[in-house]
Amino acid sequence: MIFYAISRVLQSFAVMLVTAFVCFILFNYVGDPINNMVGQETTIQDREALRERLGLNDPTAVQFLRFLRNAAQGDFGISYRLQRPVKDVIPERLPATMELVFASAVLALALGIPFGIYTGLNRDTWLSRAILTGSLAGVSLPTFVIGILLIYLFSVTLGLLPSFGRGETVQVIGWWTSGLLTVSGWKSIILPSITLCLFQLTLILRIVRAEMLEVLMTDYIKFARARGLTDRAINFGHALKNTLVPVITVTGLQVGSLIAFSIITETVFQWPGMGFLFIQAVHFADIPIMVAYLVMVALFFVIINLIVDLLYFVVDPRLRMDRVETAGQG
Amino acid sequence: MIGGWLRRVIDHDIFYSFTRSPVTVLAALMTLVILISSILAPCLTPHDPFNPASLNIMDAFTPPVWVEGGMWKFPLGTDDQGRDILATIMYGNRISLIVGFLSVIFSIVIGVTLGMVSGYIGGWLDAVIMRLADAQLTIPSILIALMVDGIARVSLPRELQNEIAVYVLIFSIGIAAWPQYARVTRSGTMVEKNKEYIAAARVINVHPVMIMLRHIIPNVMGPNLVLATIGVALAIIIEATLSFLGVGVPPTTPSLGTLIRIGNDFLFSGEWWITIFPVVALIVLVLSVNLIGDWLRDTFNPKLR
Amino acid sequence: MSLLDVEHLRVEFPTRHGVLVAVDDVSFSIDEGEVLGVVGESGAGKSITGLAIIGLLERPGRIARGTIRFEAQKINGLPKEAMRRIRGAKIGAIFQDPLTSLNPLYTIGRQLVETITTHNDLTLSQARGRAIDLLNEVGISAADRRIDSYPHEFSGGMRQRVVVALALCANPRLIIADEPTTALDVSIQAQIIALLKRLCRDHRTAIILITHDMGVIAEMADRVAVMYAGRFTEIGPLRDVIKSPKHPYTVGLMNSIPIISHEIEELPHINGSMPRLHEIPPGCAFNPRCSRAVERCRVERPDFMPTGNPGQMASCWVFDKEIGNDGNGR
Repeated sequence: MIFYAISRVLQSFAVMLVTAFVCFILFNYVGDPINNMVGQETTIQDREALRERLGLNDPTAVQFLRFLRNAAQGDFGISYRLQRPVKDVIPERLPATMELVFASAVLALALGIPFGIYTGLNRDTWLSRAILTGSLAGVSLPTFVIGILLIYLFSVTLGLLPSFGRGETVQVIGWWTSGLLTVSGWKSIILPSITLCLFQLTLILRIVRAEMLEVLMTDYIKFARARGLTDRAINFGHALKNTLVPVITVTGLQVGSLIAFSIITETVFQWPGMGFLFIQAVHFADIPIMVAYLVMVALFFVIINLIVDLLYFVVDPRLRMDRVETAGQG
Repeated sequence: MIGGWLRRVIDHDIFYSFTRSPVTVLAALMTLVILISSILAPCLTPHDPFNPASLNIMDAFTPPVWVEGGMWKFPLGTDDQGRDILATIMYGNRISLIVGFLSVIFSIVIGVTLGMVSGYIGGWLDAVIMRLADAQLTIPSILIALMVDGIARVSLPRELQNEIAVYVLIFSIGIAAWPQYARVTRSGTMVEKNKEYIAAARVINVHPVMIMLRHIIPNVMGPNLVLATIGVALAIIIEATLSFLGVGVPPTTPSLGTLIRIGNDFLFSGEWWITIFPVVALIVLVLSVNLIGDWLRDTFNPKLR
Repeated sequence: MSLLDVEHLRVEFPTRHGVLVAVDDVSFSIDEGEVLGVVGESGAGKSITGLAIIGLLERPGRIARGTIRFEAQKINGLPKEAMRRIRGAKIGAIFQDPLTSLNPLYTIGRQLVETITTHNDLTLSQARGRAIDLLNEVGISAADRRIDSYPHEFSGGMRQRVVVALALCANPRLIIADEPTTALDVSIQAQIIALLKRLCRDHRTAIILITHDMGVIAEMADRVAVMYAGRFTEIGPLRDVIKSPKHPYTVGLMNSIPIISHEIEELPHINGSMPRLHEIPPGCAFNPRCSRAVERCRVERPDFMPTGNPGQMASCWVFDKEIGNDGNGR
């Protein structure tokens, strides 16, 4: 078990390294950093001088190491658009995204899993059919459409909830500002988190349901019925556990992808988070921000993957290879 | 001969389940309507809404026909430049459909090729391709499409950007989706490869490429087509999202996403129709494609019969 | 009084091609402690008969006609909860694949204790004690340690012993064994058969042994029923059916079993194959392949008829008293 954990951690490091390298290559060698940084009027000599000063004429390996060293300290250079160090900009925007992602993850899991279980166990009730039809909407509607519709309903027509911004925030620890401690903060996070969670909720629902249906058709469930176990014991003792175990990985990864979809939600609601920052960076070809964002997202993904893998190991006894398989005499 | 073929189609299980599901029939009809209206858009609309010469700024902000101030000339109203919303929707559908289908075709070409090569040849090539696919699958496609698009934006000169933006878009969405087709093709190839008729073909010295094209491809296309039905809907959504975010198609050939973005500015000032109708059009389009895909999947899944 | 009485059982599956009859007018009875073998080709309807008796038919299958009486009480059509209490406690079942019959995520101890406490009012430690006793009884050594192992830690033969133990938890009077040895190695098969025989004798448990393997039947059964295309074609004491089969199908079956001491040029077989459920010919289902078929066989379906041997019945017009011909010229 320990070996497995260590090897997974090392794997994660490797992935991060590769990601960093890819980011580095793409954004230092695609297009010309100097041209992106200076105005039209700068002379060739000044550009050359700048290139030299920034070490852009050094061999690739040296530049990459420098990049890694800086990245490890959170230093991604200076934003072209904002003219401020990326290191300062990120902490301003990170808490907003993290809180939004957290709220959406909680919603997606707290609703998706129970709905999936219910529709798996009760295939024919009208509630099941209603949920499934609703889930079709969740998959068909792009996130930004949901956001716009919610804004139209709750902000424009009913005037109940704000349509942009984070509300009032409170400085909690160090640079972390939280919107979850104020009333206006709560009101502001409702619509965006519903928008963000809907797609994942539907996916989780469908995955849990599909797995539940498959589990209910297995031989061990049939045998459990043949032994006269109660429906309750079968559904919630056996079927549930066997459904949730394979589903952990997928739901974990789904939650991870929330951070990618937050780009859209933040844009619709003008939520001052990392995603909104990233889109603006793409518009303005602000490479340092783009690189920083991609590296951070990769880190987030890798950590989630790691946690999910280790969780899987804990939950499924078949994977615990340190228990010697006793091959008894038949 | 046509009669015989028709009879076979009608007798087939697929057609049976199709006609038994009224929702699917409705979805198919809607898709057909959308398809036809978007292909024939230039004939059906009074003018090309994106030709500035044909616009009259006095027509701007006309509400839909059933609201006071509306006219039949602009059944769904006009936007801030006097463009007829119905016409913009039809043209927007075009872009959405073109990008959706072409990107899926692109994904399939790349995915099937790589998957087949991977499954047939095996070895380290297989390992490399699959690792790549797995790595890419952990990242949501929208992020990949964004990244590719962003790189293109950064690396291409500004003048070229507008012209080839659509191709860049098709490329980025296509690249984002190839791993699933590759995976599915690979497993199908590995299954087929071990069958005896392939061994027989190899014995008589048929070239591997011929084997792949003539024998393996027809047998692995089934699951690919099922993926494609989901893929088209997803591609349409991704394109709409990218356009909404401002990194999709250029404003000169707007898709439904661009229209929604434009209209979003007017949501609060009361001209709701500029956004809401393109939104509805997008929903209808995606829903129809999804329903057909759902039905196709249920039909081809022997376990659910 | 028989333990189980099945009268004119008919199981149907409504499909889009029409209604398929999987079990057609089957009648038989079993006494306490008796082993009835039900033998036939794949698809003959043996498993469905077993599932119908224990009330585990999967939808859309249903019992269309007939009565199943257990201990003189009618059990088909009982409400769900009443049927559940019979399962495991009165009628048990074991299935073919021991690996998939056990929930991989729970220890066998947990699965045993759960079954025991479902039907008996025991404390957990009492139940655990009983579970260990059961494991000992089915021949699993070091039961007090192995009880906390997971299914994947056992070999195939041991797993099937665990399955038998699970089926015996509540001491059912009848066990339906559906291909209990098919998934096992030949050497293990013999052990499991011996185990079942011993337990059946010790507990006076009746067994319906469903299999396509005549060898297993020959080892275990007291009586044999031969099933073809959803119907019973012959039933009788083991020795009689094997040594002097009456129905032409049974004759063909026995002839096709090669005897290792005899030299033969060609393996004898019955021409043709068993009809699919939607292609069953009118009259006797076997008539297209039967060398003794007469016109009546193609038109009228025969019921069970006495064949001259006590207790041995065959559904074949050859034995019809009206014709006065029982195949032996008497």
